[in-house]
Amino acid sequence: MSVHRSLRHDSALKHLSGQAVYIDDMPEPAGTLHGALILSPIACGRLRRLGTEAVAKMPGVVAVFGPDDIPGKNDVAAVGQNEPLFAVDRIDYAGQPLALVVAETLDAARHAAERAVIDIEPAEAILDVETALARQAYVQAPSTVLRGDPDTAMTSAPHKISAEFEVGGQEHFYLEGQIAFALPGEDGDMVVHSSTQHPTEVQHICARLLGCDFARITATVRRLGGGFGGKESNASWVAGAAAVAARHTGKPVKLRLPREVDMIATGKRHPFLIRYTVGFDDEGKVLALDAVLAADAGWSLDLTPGVVARALTHTDNAYWIPHFRAVGYACRTNKQSNTAFRGFGGPQGVVVMEDALDRIAARLGRDPDDVRALNFYEEGQETPYGQAVEQNHLPRLWRELKAWAEIDRRRAEIAAFNKANPVLKRGLGLFPIKFGISFNIPHMNQAGALVHIYSDGSIRLNHGGTEMGQGLFIKVAQVVAEVFKVDVERIRPSATSTAEVPNTSPTAASTGSDLNGWAAFEAANTLKKRMIAFAAQHFGAAEGEIEFADGNVRIAKPGSNQVVSFDELARLCYFGRVSLSSTGYYQTPKIHWDGAAMKGRPFFYFAYGAAAAEVAIDTLTGETRVLRADLIQDCGASLNPAIDLGQIEGAFVQGQGWLTCEELWWDKKGLLRTVGPSTYKIPGSRDAPTVFNVKMLENAPNVEATIFRSKAVGEPPLMLATAVWTALKDAIASAGDRKVPIRLDAPATPERVLAAIQHVHEGLS
Amino acid sequence: MADRIRFVLNDRLEEPAGVSPMTTLLDWLRDRRGLKGTKEGCAEGDCGACTVVLERADGKREAMNACIALLGQMDGCAIRTVEGLAGKEGAPHPVQAAMAEADATQCGFCTPGFVMSAYAFASGGEKPDIATIHDALAGNLCRCTGYRPIVDALARVGSLAPDPVAAAPVRKDSASFDGVFFAPRTLADLLKLRAEHPDALLLAGATDVGLLASRARKPPKSVIHVAHVPELAAIAETDKEIAIGAAVPYACALPVLTSSFPTLHAYLTRLGSRQIRTLGTIGGNIGTASPIGDMPPVLLALGARLTLASIRGERELPLDDFFLDYRKTALAPDEVIRSLTLPRLRPGEVFFCDKVSKRRDQDISTVAGAYRLRMHDGRVEAARLAFGGMAAIPKRASQAEAALAKDGFAAARAAIARDFRPIDDWRGTGAYRLQVAANLLRRLELRLAEPARALEVEAL
Repeated sequence: MSVHRSLRHDSALKHLSGQAVYIDDMPEPAGTLHGALILSPIACGRLRRLGTEAVAKMPGVVAVFGPDDIPGKNDVAAVGQNEPLFAVDRIDYAGQPLALVVAETLDAARHAAERAVIDIEPAEAILDVETALARQAYVQAPSTVLRGDPDTAMTSAPHKISAEFEVGGQEHFYLEGQIAFALPGEDGDMVVHSSTQHPTEVQHICARLLGCDFARITATVRRLGGGFGGKESNASWVAGAAAVAARHTGKPVKLRLPREVDMIATGKRHPFLIRYTVGFDDEGKVLALDAVLAADAGWSLDLTPGVVARALTHTDNAYWIPHFRAVGYACRTNKQSNTAFRGFGGPQGVVVMEDALDRIAARLGRDPDDVRALNFYEEGQETPYGQAVEQNHLPRLWRELKAWAEIDRRRAEIAAFNKANPVLKRGLGLFPIKFGISFNIPHMNQAGALVHIYSDGSIRLNHGGTEMGQGLFIKVAQVVAEVFKVDVERIRPSATSTAEVPNTSPTAASTGSDLNGWAAFEAANTLKKRMIAFAAQHFGAAEGEIEFADGNVRIAKPGSNQVVSFDELARLCYFGRVSLSSTGYYQTPKIHWDGAAMKGRPFFYFAYGAAAAEVAIDTLTGETRVLRADLIQDCGASLNPAIDLGQIEGAFVQGQGWLTCEELWWDKKGLLRTVGPSTYKIPGSRDAPTVFNVKMLENAPNVEATIFRSKAVGEPPLMLATAVWTALKDAIASAGDRKVPIRLDAPATPERVLAAIQHVHEGLS
Repeated sequence: MADRIRFVLNDRLEEPAGVSPMTTLLDWLRDRRGLKGTKEGCAEGDCGACTVVLERADGKREAMNACIALLGQMDGCAIRTVEGLAGKEGAPHPVQAAMAEADATQCGFCTPGFVMSAYAFASGGEKPDIATIHDALAGNLCRCTGYRPIVDALARVGSLAPDPVAAAPVRKDSASFDGVFFAPRTLADLLKLRAEHPDALLLAGATDVGLLASRARKPPKSVIHVAHVPELAAIAETDKEIAIGAAVPYACALPVLTSSFPTLHAYLTRLGSRQIRTLGTIGGNIGTASPIGDMPPVLLALGARLTLASIRGERELPLDDFFLDYRKTALAPDEVIRSLTLPRLRPGEVFFCDKVSKRRDQDISTVAGAYRLRMHDGRVEAARLAFGGMAAIPKRASQAEAALAKDGFAAARAAIARDFRPIDDWRGTGAYRLQVAANLLRRLELRLAEPARALEVEAL
C-alpha cells in the first residue's frame, strides 16, 4: 500500500541540502527589477500628498507606482471590496502601502522608498476592540448563532457565572517572508511566481489590478517557506503590486518584503474580546450560554466573515448546550487587516467554554475534567447551528487520554508538590476538541487535479493544492501511487499553477488532502480505467481480469498469468492511441449553509482530539514552562502517519506560542513595535513540551467517504494547546485556595501570569 | 594599502572583487556567489535561517549568522555553508541523514540553518544530552515542526569523529579594505587608526553593528575591526583577577567565566544564541552601552574595571563610571576598550544572576539582575546589586544595596522602587519590571536560605 504509510516528505533531502528552490532562489533574468513599498507611518488620517520626486531621482530607481498607475481596479479585496492596493485619500493603519518603488537593485529600491515625503492629516485612530464596540465600528454586521431560549434558561438556571477575557493576535512568522516575482510575457500575459496558498486568488487579483482576463495571468508556486494562513489573502496583494510594476516596465519585477515590512504591512490572527454568561445546574451541567465574541478585524474585511463564522460555530466546542447564543462582532480598528491563521477563528471560539467550565468546576468544587465530560455531546445531538455530531469520539478520547497520561495519579502528585513549594507551582489542564472540516462557504469545497502518464510509464501529478511544508504533495502522490499500484517515487509532483488546474480553492481550512486527494484519485482512476479497457482489448481478457499490483499489470484471465510492467502498458497504450492525460474533479458532498440564519451543515465531518498539558509557573516572576503534553488526535485512517505526526506536534507548539509567549505590541499611536524575531517571540526548541507524547486515535477510519477514510489534520491540533492555557490557570489557582476565579488573558506572558497570581493573592487577603 | 579580502569558503579560497567590505556575508553568498542554500529569515541574527559554520584555526566549528556578518570580517576566516556539507561519495552528511530519518523538515526554509547548527554541534564533541541540544539550537527558529524531530535527530547523531577544519589564509599585517574597513593587527595600529578616524565605528563581532547593514541596509561608512589585535583577543588570569580582552568572543570567554563564576553558566548560555556568541564580544556589549545588554549588570555587580587605551596612553576606569546616559559612555573619541578586569570572589563572597524574558532562550531581557554579596554569619554584610532593563543605562541599585546590608532583604525589596523608574515597552511594563526586580531579591534570599530547593521553572 502507498497510503497509510509513513513516507518522508518528498523534498526532505532537498530541504536539508539547501537545494530546494524558493522564489527568492530562482535565477533572475537579466534586467530584473526589485520593489520596495512605501508605507504609511500614521494609523489613521487623510493622505494629503505623497511626494515621490526625491524617490524617483535616487540612483537606480526606475519608477514609482501609486494608485493612479493601476491599469484596472485599485482593489485587492479577497471577499469584500474597496480594499485598495495603494491607499487613496483614506489612511487606515500604520503600515498601509502607499506606493511601490522599483529599482535596479533591492537596496536602491529600499533606500529610495525612504525618501518619500508623506503628508497625512492625522485623525483619531481606533486601536482597541472596546472602543470599536462602543462606536459600533464594524467591518460587517454582527452575526448570531442561536438555539432555544437562552434568556429564559439563564434566568431559571440554579447557577450563573459571567466573565470576560481577551485572547491576542498572532503573527504567522512563516520563515520565508512574502514574495512575488512577476514576469511579463507577450500581449500582456504575465507569469507570477507567488509564495501563496491561493494561486487562483493571485491570478484574479493580478487580473483585477491589470484590467485583463484571468486567462492572461498564470500564478504558480512550487513550494512556500511556510504559510499558516498568512499567505492566503496577503500573498495576493504582494503579487499584484509586482504585476503592476512588471506591466509598466515590461521587466521582471521581484517584490520581497523584508521581515519588518512583512510584519508591519500584513494581517495576523484576529484578537478577540470575549464576554459570556453561563447558566448551569448543581452537577455542573451547562443549561445555557450567552456569549459575545468581538473580533479585532483590523481596518478591512479581508477574510473576517469566515473567521467570525468559524469562531461562532466552534464556541460550543465539544459540549451540548441546550440554549445557546453567540454573537460575533467584527470590529473595525486602525490596525493591520487580520486574516486567516491556522484554526481560522476556531481557536478563539473554543476557549469560551473552556474558560466557563473551569469556572463552573471551581464554583462547585468539582473536578474540571469530570465537568467537561459531563457536558460532552452525545452521538447524534445537534450543534447550535444544526449539524448532528456524528462518529463522536469525545468520550473515548477522554477515557484513553486520562488513562494514557495518568491524570489521576499526576493530579495527586501535583497537589502534593504545590503544598510543599511556595514559589514554584505546577498545574494540569485537559482539553477536548471537536473541529469542523470543510470551508464554511460551500462553493469553496471543490478541487481539480491533472495527471499525465508518459509513454515511459512515468507519472506527472498536478493539483490545485499548494505545498507549504504540510506534506500535501507526498500525500496526494501516495493516493495516485495507490490507484496505479506503483512506487510513489514514480509520481512526480509539480508546481501548483493556475495554468494546469484552474479555479482552485486556497490550500486552507485543513482541506488540502481531503479535496486534492480525491481530485487526484479521480484523475488517476480515469486513466486507470482507460488502461484497463485497452489492456483487456489488447490481451483479449475481460476488464475484470486486469489487475494492477507492485508496479505491474497482471492479465489474470484463466489459463494465463501474463504480467507486463506498468511502463510497458503505458507504452502500449500510447501506440494504441489511448489518451494518457486526465483531469479529476471533486466536490465535497452533504454540505450546506445558510449564512444569514447561521444554520446548516457547514462541515462534512468533525475531527476530534484531546490533550493534557502540565506546566510549572514561578510565582515570583510569572515565568512558565510546559513540562509535559500528551495528545491524542483523530486523523481517521491517516494517509501518512509520519506527516500527520509532524502536523500535530507543530500545530500544538504553534498554538502554545499563541497562548503564551507570542505578544503583538502596538504603541499608543498604533505603530506595531514587535516587528521581528528579536521583539516577537515564537517558541524555540526548549519551549516545546519537555515530555511530548503524541499519538493518533487508533482504529478510527472516517465514517464519511473521505479519501481512504483519512481526516484533515492541519488545524485541529493547534487548539490542543488550549490545554496549556487551562494548565496555567490551574497552576495560578494553586497560588491561592483554588476558589478565586482566574482571569488569564492570552498570550499568558510572564507579566500576565504574575498579574493573575497577584490577583489570587489579593483575593485571599 | 590596497588589500583584498581573502577567506576560505567550503574549502576554496575566495577573494571577492568589486564588492564592498560592508556587504553582509549572506548577501554576498546569495547574490554574488550564487549560493542560495543559506536563507534570509529576519536579517537581524535572530531566526538562524542564515546559519553558516566558522571553522576556527584551533579546530573548533562554531555556528554564526551570515546575515549580520560583514564581508570584511571574514578576512582570514574559513567558512562552511550548507553547499559545502556532504557525506561520503555524495551521500547526505550524517546530520542531514539523521534529520531526514527523523522527518525533521516541513517547509524546509529554516532547515539549512538548522543543519549547520547541528553540524557545528555534532562536530564539537559535546555530550548530546537534551539540554545541550537546546543550547545548540537556541539560535534557530522553526515554525512548522515543533522541534521534537530536530532534537531527536541531533540526539541520534551524537558526536561525529573529528574532521580537520579547512585552513584559513593567514594575514600578518594590518589591512585596509576599500579604505573604509580597517583591520589592524597590532594595538599601535589600532590606536593610530582610532585617532585618525574618530568617526569610524569600532567593530568587534558585528552582532549589533551588523544590523545596520542587514536590516537597516545602511552599513557604517567606515569601521575599525578590532578582532585581530592580540592585546584585545587575550585572556589573562591571576589568583585575584581575570582580564578579558575586549574582542574576545563570548564563545571563548565562556569557559573562563563559568569556571570562576559557576552561577554564570545558565545566564551566559541564555545570552543571545551560539551564533551570536561565536562572534559577539563582551567589549562590544559594553561599548554599545545598551540598557538591555546582558553583560553589564553582571560586570557591574562583580566590580569590573575597564582598561581604556588611546595614543595618549592607557587608563583604568571602574565600569560604574563608564555608562553616562542612554547609549552614552565615558569613552573618548580616540579611545578603545582594551580589556576588562574582573576581581575573583573572595572567601565569604557569593555571586548570583537572573534573567527574566518572554522566552527563555535567545531573548532580550525584560529584567536582568546580578548580585555579588559578602556574607557573614548567614547574613549579607555588603552587596553589589546591578540590573538591566530598569533604567536608561545598566545600573546598580544603590539604595537596595545599602538597605540590604543594613536591614535585610525586605528592606532591599522595598528600596528597588526608589532606585529605578523603568519604562513600559513590548518587553513589559515599568510596574512589572519593578515587581520582578524586587521579587528577584526574594529569590536571592531563598537561594541563600535553601540552596537545595528548586526556585526556577527550568530546574523542574
